[in-house]
Amino acid sequence: MSASATVLAEHASRAGAVTQNVPTLIRAEAISKIYRMGDQTVRALDGVSLDIAKGDYVAIMGSSGSGKSTMMNLIGALDRPTSGRLWLDNRDIAHMSSDELADLRNATIGFVFQQFNLLARTPALNQVILPLLYARPRPADLEARARHRLEQVGLGQRLDHLPSQLSGGQQQRVAIARALVNNPKILLADEPTGALDTKTSEEIMTLFGDLNREGITVIIVTHEPDIAEHARRKIVFRDGQVVDDTERFPLRATGGGALS
Amino acid sequence: MTLLDSLMMAWTALRSNLLRSILTTLGIVIGVASVIILVAVGSGARSEVEKQIASLGSNMLVVFSGSSRVMGRAAGAGTELPLSEADLVAIRDKVDGVVAISGQLNGSGPVVNGNANWSTTLSGVHPDFTAVRDWPVVSGRDFTAQEMRASAKVAIIGKTVATQLFQENDPVGATIRVKNTPFLVVGVLDTKGPSSFGRDQDDLVLLPMTTARGQIVGKSQVQADQVGQLYIKFDNGIDLKDAQEDIETLLRQRRRIEPGAEDNFNVRNLAEFMKARTEVLSTMTYLLAATSAISLIVGGIGIMNIMLVSVTERTREIGLRMAVGGRNADIMRQFLVEAVTLCLIGGLIGIALGVGVAAIVANAAKWPVLISPSVIALAMAAAAATGVIFGYFPARRAAALNPIEALRSE
Repeated sequence: MSASATVLAEHASRAGAVTQNVPTLIRAEAISKIYRMGDQTVRALDGVSLDIAKGDYVAIMGSSGSGKSTMMNLIGALDRPTSGRLWLDNRDIAHMSSDELADLRNATIGFVFQQFNLLARTPALNQVILPLLYARPRPADLEARARHRLEQVGLGQRLDHLPSQLSGGQQQRVAIARALVNNPKILLADEPTGALDTKTSEEIMTLFGDLNREGITVIIVTHEPDIAEHARRKIVFRDGQVVDDTERFPLRATGGGALS
Repeated sequence: MTLLDSLMMAWTALRSNLLRSILTTLGIVIGVASVIILVAVGSGARSEVEKQIASLGSNMLVVFSGSSRVMGRAAGAGTELPLSEADLVAIRDKVDGVVAISGQLNGSGPVVNGNANWSTTLSGVHPDFTAVRDWPVVSGRDFTAQEMRASAKVAIIGKTVATQLFQENDPVGATIRVKNTPFLVVGVLDTKGPSSFGRDQDDLVLLPMTTARGQIVGKSQVQADQVGQLYIKFDNGIDLKDAQEDIETLLRQRRRIEPGAEDNFNVRNLAEFMKARTEVLSTMTYLLAATSAISLIVGGIGIMNIMLVSVTERTREIGLRMAVGGRNADIMRQFLVEAVTLCLIGGLIGIALGVGVAAIVANAAKWPVLISPSVIALAMAAAAATGVIFGYFPARRAAALNPIEALRSE
């Protein structure tokens, strides 16, 4: 812990893309991910280094096969890099056990998916409670916390609605409430508007902007430029490497990276 | 995650596929129900046999004349030398521990009271008979020694005969005609119930041995002092095996049977004989229990099959649960709890079904329903174990899923 903190401090002193005096939340150091498919190997990520600051709003872009999904899986602690080091919230995940990764995901990361991934025949409130059931220790005020998050996403009146009784946008809001319920540091959204119409997409993106302004780090993986426009920073992947990394304006030390 | 959380999750999952869940549990339902039925009916039957053993009279030996040797060598009971009053006296005086001894010489014939008549067994007995057979006279009195000596025309009737001839009226003091000879009814025997072979033991009339021999059973077929079969009750401290040997030695001497020749009489411990039947019964029970164990295994395979289908169908859900922080052990536990819950629900339905069917069978067979808590606990434990054993493989498969691939699956 202290060793990695020292490493982080070292890196912060020669920070590249990240504005100084903003703490780093995610640090990738020459990470590679190599898959074996039959007798050939696929280098999905090839020596990527990047830092993402706390409170930033980042869009990760790239065509399919570019490595953006692999990067997302690593940032989401769903997987470990083949080589290199990856710190999430000051913790090196490269050598974590799968239980440690699960606990890290539970405490640090909130996932939002393109297909919402809600449980069938389960009321909204229970959908949102789900991550709390896996929390260690298990909080006592599950329902209150879940209700609060559903109110936050504007679904306070639909606590007992089933997914089949909700519109696509509402389902995604339930999923966002679920992602938020454990007070994660990172909100990681994979094509969050891919299954939604334009108007609903805008509403969801507005919600992400609001959340980012409240301090949560938002990372959106998308191939839609319109969606990426909402982010402060845009990282483009191609062939397992970062080919473009642009910031639309400097990251403030306080507040978020969203456009006002 | 608490156990309650897991149970709630399992319940939600099972309810969302209600029909499939019910059909899946069917194997367990049948397995558990048959365990309950077989054990209940089996032990009911056994307790019935035990009751019959008790109804024979305890610590008792029976001596029959005639050989019952198999292999076709026996000459048939009628040709053998019958047991006599002298044999009775000899056994009573020379064998240790005899408490009571009585002959029973059986014949049959009609008994009449007014318009009511009934054909029944007529048994000549000694005054000790009711003591030997633990068969008290509930109304009226037993025979007296005086009546025995005087060949008195007195009778003690069984419950069935009493009901047939007197309905609700008290037979004691009434006169009935036995083979057209008037007899005074002096007593009514207690109810004994059916014998192990289903014969109604209460369908008989007891007469003093001397009376029966002289007039009722039929002079032509009777040796002057024959007593039919002998029932001998022993003191509690006596080993019936020793007593049996003593009687055999005594009778061989009295009948002058050469050493090495076969007995022309039989000394039987009927209780032992019945116990052997009980053992056959329990062997049957175990055999049938094994059959229900097989149906539990088949039911378990059904559970495993459906759980595997469920894991495949819910791969995305598993991926999501892992993404939001479910550890492999959490996923494993969820599916195990689901399989066990499925089995326990099946077990509960099976118990209800089994208890119902056992009650019906017991009622039809007039056996007591014997459903002990331990059998129910055993059945539930068997159901739960089935869930754990057959749920383990699907659960492990679910827990071993890669969250990325699981989330990507269709």
